[in-house]
Amino acid sequence: MADQPKIAMRCEGLQRYLGQDEGRVHVLKGVTFEAQAGHVYAIVGPSGCGKSTLLYLLGLLDQPDAGKIWINGQLMSNSLDAVRTAARGEHIGFVFQFHFLMLEFTCLENVMMPMKKLGRLTPPQMEERASRLLDSVGLGDKVHRLGTHLSGGEQQRVAVARAMANQPTIILADEPTGNLDVKNASLVFDLLTSLAKDNGQAVVLVTHNPDIAHRCDFTRPMRDGVFV
Amino acid sequence: MSQNFRIALRFLTAKKRAMLMSLSCIILGVGLFVVTQAATTGFQEFFIKTILGTNGAILIQDKVQATMRSIASGGYNSGYEIRQKEGQKYIEGIDYPEILTGGVRAFRNVSGVSAVLRETVTIHSSFREQTGQAYGIVLADHLRVSSLGSQVVAGSIEDFRVQQAGALVGRVIADKLQLDPGDTFEIVDKNDVHHYRVSAIYQTGVNDIDSVRVYLKMDDARALFKKPTGATYLQVSLIERDRAREDAAEMTNSLGYRADAWQDREKSWLGVFKAFRVATAITVSVFTLIAGLAMFNTLAMIVLEKTKEIAILRSMGYTREDISTIFLWQAAIVLAIGTVVGCALGALITYGVSQYPMPITGIFTSHKFLVQWSRWHYIEAVVISVLTVMVASLMPSRRAARLEPGDIIRGTAQ
Repeated sequence: MADQPKIAMRCEGLQRYLGQDEGRVHVLKGVTFEAQAGHVYAIVGPSGCGKSTLLYLLGLLDQPDAGKIWINGQLMSNSLDAVRTAARGEHIGFVFQFHFLMLEFTCLENVMMPMKKLGRLTPPQMEERASRLLDSVGLGDKVHRLGTHLSGGEQQRVAVARAMANQPTIILADEPTGNLDVKNASLVFDLLTSLAKDNGQAVVLVTHNPDIAHRCDFTRPMRDGVFV
Repeated sequence: MSQNFRIALRFLTAKKRAMLMSLSCIILGVGLFVVTQAATTGFQEFFIKTILGTNGAILIQDKVQATMRSIASGGYNSGYEIRQKEGQKYIEGIDYPEILTGGVRAFRNVSGVSAVLRETVTIHSSFREQTGQAYGIVLADHLRVSSLGSQVVAGSIEDFRVQQAGALVGRVIADKLQLDPGDTFEIVDKNDVHHYRVSAIYQTGVNDIDSVRVYLKMDDARALFKKPTGATYLQVSLIERDRAREDAAEMTNSLGYRADAWQDREKSWLGVFKAFRVATAITVSVFTLIAGLAMFNTLAMIVLEKTKEIAILRSMGYTREDISTIFLWQAAIVLAIGTVVGCALGALITYGVSQYPMPITGIFTSHKFLVQWSRWHYIEAVVISVLTVMVASLMPSRRAARLEPGDIIRGTAQ
């Protein structure tokens, strides 16, 4: 019998309102979604349709007003802040449009940062893994450079390596190539998807780039807070 | 080194100028606090030591006589009575100082007792006359309860011991009367004139003492005052000076004489010193307060500038406590450097001030600025800085911890 595909993340009936009083907007209107390990999902749609809001909910950075989220089979929606924080460190890797590197730290230190918080490896093991990840994104010769001394494409590649640091179950990427030129966008996407597939990780990315969306395993178009 | 500490250290370097402002204020606050406390307590300690060295820790004077608490007035059963509040009254002087001295010596904390006979007199020199106070003492006894031996600035205490009708004259009164060791002068008491020779001139440094007191040998004083027995008071020195109040109370109860501890005798001066010390502490604490405000301001700025870093740390699994700790570490690092440098600066200035020749005259006489070295000045300065800066850091660090990563990334964080 063939192995059942592992579900990395699942959400059901997610609803989210943003703003207050008269400015209150119903952004997500009951989204149900499932991401399987080893697959890459693209969420596409016009600006303001709720793509990023969905991503933040899936990444446990925000709380849904209704609906449920399971990460690695564990119900996470509406759980305690400490539980969600721990789950983010262990199961989720983030790549944002703007790299959000800690610019006072070197590439190596940036990649080691999630590992240090999780604390499962010894410092030499962390350094070895971080060096390997930086090498795999083509920055093996720049491990000791500060973030300020890297180009935009290089910074985003460090962010990809950092997202992979704790070998998370799922990687969530919000417009990871949105701030890069075509060549760098393609490079970063290839690195992200190939590393994730090699490690059996699910990737959910939000993009406006149709080329990037077509290269994903699945594309889920969104409009007005629901998948269409 | 913990990861939170490492992050705090790097965040600090991003705001060097603002942090230097906080650091400078902490250094100044701690340094000046130490210096002012060293100086004010230096003068206070000088005063206390001088008082103990001249008047002793306890003075026993005035016999306590029990009286009736109330006297019936207006006849038997009239219902009227005159009440006496304490049920006792005081009779000046000590009739049998030798017997009382024996009783006082029985107290374990007592290191010496000296009987003193005192009268107000008029002193004549060839230059002028001056009202003063003559003190009759037994030199050997008095040297045990005072610092008189080390306060001689001209002449010799040995001359006083051996000379016929010798006298120890205070520096200020000697200057007024233009007396030097070897000079003779007259003391007039109740129209009786007696002649004395200046054996030595002493200086306690306290103007009130140096300007009136002339010490005579007890036998000479008895002859002058025509008091063959008795004493005005007993001067007592103690091993532990801070127990003076307890010992004085016990002496009053057990000996039947009023005993006054130095803390009560000099209450007004000690009160002035305390008020001065507190006032200077409050004044220089303004620097520490500014340090706290600067720290609050700097951390608040860092929180605003580092919101994205806070969000990314939170997305990587860093807890609210971690974020709060990172900001508190920043305050703690500046505080640690500031207090260490501030204490060193305080010690340096205190030493410099204590070495600088600065003649002081007035209530005190001293050739240099008086300071007291006490670890408590440093501890108090550090505690005040820690409290001020850490309280000021709490609010920005809690604000940083409260930030929602989703709101920051979405751009709606408040």
